[in-house]
Amino acid sequence: MADVDVIIVGAGPAGLSAATELKRLGVARVLVLDREAAAGGIPRHCLHSPYGMREWHRVMFGPAYARRLTDEAQAAGAEIRCRTTVTALRPGGKVEVSTPDGLQVLQGRAVLLATGARETSRAARLVGGTKPGGVMNTATLQGFAAFADHLPFRRPVIVGTELVSFSAMITCLTHGARPVAMIDAGPGPTARAIMTLAPRMLGIPLRFGTKIAAIHGRSRVDGITVEAPEGPQDIACDGVVFTGGFRPENALLRTSALQVDPGSLGPSIDQYGRLSDPAYFAAGNVLHAIETAGWCWDEGRKVARTIDAALHGALPPRAEVGIRTEGAAIKYALPQVISPVGETPPAFDRMQLRLTRPYSGDVGIGGTSHRIDSRPERRILLPLPLSGQGA
Amino acid sequence: MNQDYDAAIIGAGVVGCAIARRLTLDGARVVVLEKGADILDGASKANSAILHTGFDAPEGSLELACVQEGYREYEALHAQMNLPLDRCGALVLAWTDEQEARLPALIAQAQANAVTDVELLSRDRVLTLEPNLNPALRAGFRVPRESLIDPWSAPHGYLLQALLNGAELRRSCEVTGGSFDGSQWTLTTSQGPVSAGRVVNAAGNYGDLIDKMLLGRTDFRIRPRKGQFLVYDKTAAALARHILLPVPTDKTKGIVVCRTIWGNLLVGPTAEDQDDRVTASLEEATLRMLEQKGAEILPALAGEEITTIYAGLRPACEFKDYQIREHAENMITVGAIRSTGLSAALGIAAHVGRMIGATAPLASPAVPRMAMLAEERTRDWQLAGNEGMLCHCERVTLREAKAALTGPLAPHSFAGFKRRTRAAMGRCQGFYCGQAVQGLLDKAGADRG
Ligand SMILES: Cc1cc2nc3c(=O)[nH]c(=O)nc-3n(C[C@H](O)[C@H](O)[C@H](O)COP(=O)(O)OP(=O)(O)OC[C@H]3O[C@@H](n4cnc5c(N)ncnc54)[C@H](O)[C@@H]3O)c2cc1C
Ligand SMILES: Cc1cc2nc3c(=O)[nH]c(=O)nc-3n(C[C@H](O)[C@H](O)[C@H](O)COP(=O)(O)OP(=O)(O)OC[C@H]3O[C@@H](n4cnc5c(N)ncnc54)[C@H](O)[C@@H]3O)c2cc1C
Repeated sequence: MADVDVIIVGAGPAGLSAATELKRLGVARVLVLDREAAAGGIPRHCLHSPYGMREWHRVMFGPAYARRLTDEAQAAGAEIRCRTTVTALRPGGKVEVSTPDGLQVLQGRAVLLATGARETSRAARLVGGTKPGGVMNTATLQGFAAFADHLPFRRPVIVGTELVSFSAMITCLTHGARPVAMIDAGPGPTARAIMTLAPRMLGIPLRFGTKIAAIHGRSRVDGITVEAPEGPQDIACDGVVFTGGFRPENALLRTSALQVDPGSLGPSIDQYGRLSDPAYFAAGNVLHAIETAGWCWDEGRKVARTIDAALHGALPPRAEVGIRTEGAAIKYALPQVISPVGETPPAFDRMQLRLTRPYSGDVGIGGTSHRIDSRPERRILLPLPLSGQGA
Repeated sequence: MNQDYDAAIIGAGVVGCAIARRLTLDGARVVVLEKGADILDGASKANSAILHTGFDAPEGSLELACVQEGYREYEALHAQMNLPLDRCGALVLAWTDEQEARLPALIAQAQANAVTDVELLSRDRVLTLEPNLNPALRAGFRVPRESLIDPWSAPHGYLLQALLNGAELRRSCEVTGGSFDGSQWTLTTSQGPVSAGRVVNAAGNYGDLIDKMLLGRTDFRIRPRKGQFLVYDKTAAALARHILLPVPTDKTKGIVVCRTIWGNLLVGPTAEDQDDRVTASLEEATLRMLEQKGAEILPALAGEEITTIYAGLRPACEFKDYQIREHAENMITVGAIRSTGLSAALGIAAHVGRMIGATAPLASPAVPRMAMLAEERTRDWQLAGNEGMLCHCERVTLREAKAALTGPLAPHSFAGFKRRTRAAMGRCQGFYCGQAVQGLLDKAGADRG
């Protein structure tokens, strides 16, 4: 006997939009679980815009956006439980949760994973030197800004030039810190070139081909050494923000029996957003680190529709055979599996591709060929061969 | 504060903590002086967390005696103090003909060291025990009693027991000099003078300097030996059950692959001599070498995520054995406890206790119960009333965090808090909880580092 119809793990944009949509479709019991003290996911920590363009055609700041998503899900009748951490995913939609009252096991008819993504830490990047305080990811920086209203440094170096790196820069500037430089090991910015206008106008040096080699300082950072085109150099600073290098928050997946895509590090899904165990679905950044909140919100809605279909027995069975990707530049292709086509429209009607290195040329999918000119960390959308042949 | 003590212990590493416990239980009034903002911030902050049997220690050495006595006492007290003991055993692995040829001698040495339960294993037997090992290995032997412990809850427990039974601890208290008047020591410290009948120098990487400062002479010279490590995420811990040791060399036990009691997997340490006594810096090239080394031993490690990187400094000197001696000036030096101090600490303490002689052993000393953080045991997040999770990766509850912030050994630094709770030590390295943890410490005034 199921405790609820759908359990949603993660109350970020993807999980909340799915909850709202499931209720709108008439699903009786929708339960959203989040380990944080409040719902909203990453945007809750982001005291900046833009959020809300795709959803409501307006520009919002993160906290207001998070609140609106939460209110909508609740108004639609979804139950949200915070301070509830899912600690294990068991076969058939049974999840183990830790709450302030201890362990519980909940059975859902379906489970949606919407646990989001996180940035790569200094440790996982194997950056040498000492381990002083003041070294963090963007999300921690945003946490300091949102909940403590002060930052633990005044002159940090920002490592990375992804979109989120510029959020980090703005958060610093609006909270009394002035980045001494933004550095990137690559030859140019990871985000679109227009993003570099702001630091240029503000006189924050942008340095490409510049890799952080070591962090110095005992209890606080007092500088870093970089490997730059001119040779090794020291930069005085009192903090380091490692931005981007997002990866799915997949700890739960990796300790479960669910299939994980070694390229994306997220779950392997079919075009319905369904995992190797058909009781499980996924949406949002747990699939693809990283897309905007609006993109994740949209995926949440679409996967909600396929979950509703599944609850009505209207989804074709999941195919066993995956899409095979060949070619050195392809990091992953989503969905990983194409199941038989039925009445229900797919949640993923195009193939999302990511690269490991800049690539300009042709990509063949099945028999057809598509021209792309792109770089890592950019979304590439190609038609999905829904007849089921390999790519 | 100007009270007289029977013994002043300089340094709150694992060795100083264990000695504080022993002398207190023997009836002495003890003060521990630690220059760091918190305890365990020297050599003891970073090690492999193995409780050694002494199978490969030099025959007849003081080190061997202390390791074995320390092992026995840990075995006897861990349950009472709620300290973990994972009896996983070790496998010593040979990867070349040359290493394979050395196995019989190593087994003979283990036998000579009274570690009699070692057995030589064929390649196939090893692979049955550890199916994820690289099949290129040649042979190995098993040391069943090599075990894993918590490198921090153990010394915290030793010192806490001392404190609960009357000892005192002063942190951020650096000993800067001292004089002996023939019966009494007066130490000058950054917190004023401290008088004591006896001084125990347990200053780790500063042992020789303390000897020089207080006695005007030293019998050894510390040259720190750095060890760098990689720690892999929880999922990697399933790849090996045993502690995987290489055939040791004269200089080092070599690069180990083993689980931690928190359910991670570590690869390390290196052995790099340096003059710097303070900074154990990490180097990317070395970390990449460890990454490669780890994947050679356990090929499946290649796909695993690295959770953290760290380095420690072993108090090594020109001699291989421990440098423990009593001086005419009522001072005992416990120096150069290089690479087995975690295992030997209780044995070293017993040895020092015998040098001094028990005055009035406590009849029924208070015994602390430590927070159990071992992954395989029931943790607070599984229990009612835990107040919710503070750190999601290491599953540290708010109740655990609050408990760690109280009592005579509450942390005085962020690092100290992490060592007591593991908060922010997991895969996200503070991405999710960094700010919340700092906020909690600021509120408690616990970050003085
Ligand atoms: C610093 C930063 C700035 C950004 N700025 C912008 C911006 O300006 N505009 C924009 O559109 N996008 C921005 N983004 C991206 C955007 O925030 C994300 O795309 C969006 O939040 C992803 O939504 P999600 O629902 O997939 O995951 P998340 O928002 O990450 O939500 C996942 C939720 O799952 C919960 N969770 C995880 N594991 C468990 C578990 N085991 N048990 C219970 N709960 C769990 C988490 O607590 C979290 O609340 C930014 C991201 C960052 C990091
Ligand atoms: C890489 C590595 C791996 C290891 N692996 C293992 C293992 O698996 N098993 C094992 O048993 N052992 C292991 N060890 C060894 C073990 O960690 C050490 O033997 C042990 O930590 C030494 O402890 P200590 O108390 O002597 O020194 P420390 O921990 O350095 O303590 C000395 C203290 O004295 C303080 N101090 C110094 N000068 C002053 C002063 N003037 N005034 C006040 N205080 C002062 C310092 O701040 C410090 O806290 C390892 C060590 C390393 C580095």
